[in-house]
Amino acid sequence: MTQNLLEVENLRVEFPTRRGTLVAVDDVSFSIAPGEVLGVVGESGAGKSLTGAAIIGLLEPPGRVAGGEIRLGGQRIDNLPYEKMRRIRGKEIGAIFQDPLTSLNPLYTIGRQLTETILTHLEVSEAEARDRAIKLLQEVGIPAAERRIDHYPHQFSGGMRQRVVIALALCANPRLIVADEPTTALDVSIQAQIITLLKRLCRDHGAAVMLVTHDMGVIAETADRVAVMYAGRIAEIGPVRDVIKRAKHPYTEGLMGSIPKLGGDEAKLAQIDGSMPRLTAIPKGCAFNPRCPKAFDRCRAERPDPIAVGDTKVACWLYDDAHKAAAE
Amino acid sequence: MIAFVIRRLLQAVLVMLAVGFVGFSLFAYVGDPVSIMLGQDYTQEARQRLIQDLGLDQPFFIQYARFIAGAAQGEFGISYRLARPVAELLLERLPATLELSLCAAVLALAAGVPLGVYCGLNRDGWLARLLLSVSLIGVSLPTFLIGILLILFFSVILGWLPSFGRGDVVQLGGWSTGFLTPTGLRALILPSITLALFQLTLIMRLVRSEMLEVLRTDYIKFARARGLRNRAINFGHALKNTLVPVITITGLQLGGIIAFAIVTETVFQWPGMGFLFIQSVQAADVPVMAAYLMLIAFFFVLINLVVDLLYYLVDPRLRIDKGAAGGHGGH
Ligand SMILES: Nc1ncnc2c1ncn2[C@@H]1O[C@H](COP(=O)(O)OP(=O)(O)OP(=O)(O)O)[C@@H](O)[C@H]1O
Ligand code: SF4
Ligand SMILES: [Mg+2]
Repeated sequence: MTQNLLEVENLRVEFPTRRGTLVAVDDVSFSIAPGEVLGVVGESGAGKSLTGAAIIGLLEPPGRVAGGEIRLGGQRIDNLPYEKMRRIRGKEIGAIFQDPLTSLNPLYTIGRQLTETILTHLEVSEAEARDRAIKLLQEVGIPAAERRIDHYPHQFSGGMRQRVVIALALCANPRLIVADEPTTALDVSIQAQIITLLKRLCRDHGAAVMLVTHDMGVIAETADRVAVMYAGRIAEIGPVRDVIKRAKHPYTEGLMGSIPKLGGDEAKLAQIDGSMPRLTAIPKGCAFNPRCPKAFDRCRAERPDPIAVGDTKVACWLYDDAHKAAAE
Repeated sequence: MIAFVIRRLLQAVLVMLAVGFVGFSLFAYVGDPVSIMLGQDYTQEARQRLIQDLGLDQPFFIQYARFIAGAAQGEFGISYRLARPVAELLLERLPATLELSLCAAVLALAAGVPLGVYCGLNRDGWLARLLLSVSLIGVSLPTFLIGILLILFFSVILGWLPSFGRGDVVQLGGWSTGFLTPTGLRALILPSITLALFQLTLIMRLVRSEMLEVLRTDYIKFARARGLRNRAINFGHALKNTLVPVITITGLQLGGIIAFAIVTETVFQWPGMGFLFIQSVQAADVPVMAAYLMLIAFFFVLINLVVDLLYYLVDPRLRIDKGAAGGHGGH
C-alpha cells in the first residue's frame, strides 16, 4: 500500500467558552492518498470547515486542536510552531475558500498577489515569478493572461476571480489542496466549470484535494472517496460509489434521498426530519438517534465508533457484530 | 477624472459662497461697526459719510456681492481694532498657525498610526490595553487643560521649555519661521503636543479598529493560507486597506487642527491666527472674524479636495477602468 499523503487521527477541535468547552470536531480520523480527491459533505455546522482549518493550521482562536494528530507525508503538522507551519501553507497545502469576491486583496493587482506568493515559497527571480504567474493564469483559463495579470480583482467577474484564487492555491505546486465550498458563492451556471477545472488542474499538478461541498452531484462526479460528517464526527467514509449507491449509515441514506432525482416522476427533495443538534446539546449515544428511523436502545446509550464494512467505515450500531448476530 | 475635479471645484465654490454669506452676516448682526469706528464723539454728518464710505446704505445683495468680490481678491477691509488691512494681519500670523498645525499633524500621524497598528496587532497584549485606556484620556481631556498641565509640568516645575510665544523667528521672504532657531524649535514643542494629542489618540483608535476590522476579512485569511510572511500580511495587505478611512479622517482632522489651534494658541499666547481671532471676538472686530472664518473654511475645502484625490491614488476601484472593458464577461 502506498503511503498516505494526509493522515488525520482522532482529531478533536474545541472552543473554550464561559459555559464550558464546546467540542466542534470530535474524534475524526481519515486519510487522503497522493492525488486523491476526498469529498466532505454534511449539514451546516457539521464541522467540515473547522476540520479544513485545523489541517491548514488556521483555526481561529479560541478554537484549538485539543487532541489527535495531523500528519502530512508522515510528518506531524498539528503542533508545529507558527513559522514552520507558515512555510507549509501555500507550499505544501494550498487552500481555496468559499467566496472568490472577498478572497483577493482589492488594492493589489492579481499579478502582484500571484508573484508575492511564488516569491515567498520558491527560489526564483521576480521575472521568473511573473512568467510563472502568467502561465498559471493561462492554465486556469484566463484569456489574455499577459495583459490581465496587471488588472485589479474588481475588474474580473466572480467566476474569473475564483480561477485566480485557484491559480494562487496552485502557485507553489502544493501536494494537497483544501477547498472549502469553492463554488457555493458562484453563479450556478459556472459552478460545474470551476469544479471541472479544479479537478483537472489538481490532477495535472499531482495535488490531492479535500473538497468540502453541499452538492452531492459534485461529489459523485469529482470525488474518489467521500466522508459524511454529522455533529462533529464522521458518520460514514468510503469509496464514492459505495457511499452514494449503497449508503450504509441511516444519515447518509437520508442525505442521498435529498438529491433531486432527475428523470424521476417528480424531482423529490426528501428531507430528513428535524435538524442537527447544537454543539451545546448533542444527545447521549449516537448523535443522530433523535432523527434516526432505525434507532434502537443501544443508540441512545452508547456512542458508536466507526466500524469497517468492506471498504467503508460506518459509525452506526446497525453494523456492530452483536446487532447483526441478533438480527439473524 | 477631469470631470470629477471640475465637479469638486464647483462644489467648493458653492461651499465658499455659503460660508461667505455667514461671514458677511456677521457684519449685520454682531455689533455696529459705525459706532465702533466713530468712537464717542461724532457729528451726524461724519456718521453719514462713514456709512456711505462703508457702502452700508446699499441694498443687501449689492453689499454681499461686494463682500464676495473683495474676499475673492483677498480684501477683507480694515480691522476695527487695529486699523490695519485684515488681509495683512492674517498673512502676518498665518505662518505661526501653519507651522504649529503642521508640527501637530505630523506628530499625530507619526505617533498615531504606528500606535494604532501596534494595538490592532496585539489587541490582547497588556501594553495595547494600557495605550487604549490612556488614549481615552487624550480624547476626553479638554485641550486647554492639557496645555495648562504641560505648562505646569515642563515650564513651571521643570523649567525646561518656554510657556508662551514663538521664540526667535527668521524672516524668509514674507514668511516668518520658527524652524530655524533653537528657541523657535523649543517653543514649538509644548503647543504642538497640546494640539496633537486629541488627533493623535483619535487616529490611533481609528487605525486600531480599522486594523481589527481588516484582519478579519477573507483576503487576509486567504493571505495567511497562502503562507505569506506576517510582515507582508500586516503591513503590505492589512495596513494599506486601513488607509482609505485613515486618510479621510486625518484630512478632516488637519482642518480641525488648524481650527482648534484657537484654543492652543490662546493658552500659549502663540501669535497665530487663532489668537488673533480670540482677540477680535473680544473686541467685536467683525472684519477679522469674517475673514478668519472664510480662511478656515477655505482650508477645509482645500483639504477635502486633496483627500478625494488621494483616494484615487490608494484605491484602484475608484480609478477609471481603462483596460478592463475588453476582458470583462467571458467566463
Ligand atoms: N468561534 C466559534 N465559537 C464557537 N463555536 C464555533 C466557532 N466557530 C465555529 N463554531 C461551531 O463549530 C461548528 C462547526 O462549524 P463549521 O464551520 O466547521 O461547520 P461547517 O460544517 O463548515 O458548516 P457550513 O456548511 O455551514 O460551512 C458549528 O456548530 C459552529 O457553530
Ligand atoms: S447508531 Fe443507531 S441512531 Fe445512530 S445511525 Fe445507527 S441506527 Fe441510527
Ligand atoms: Mg463551512
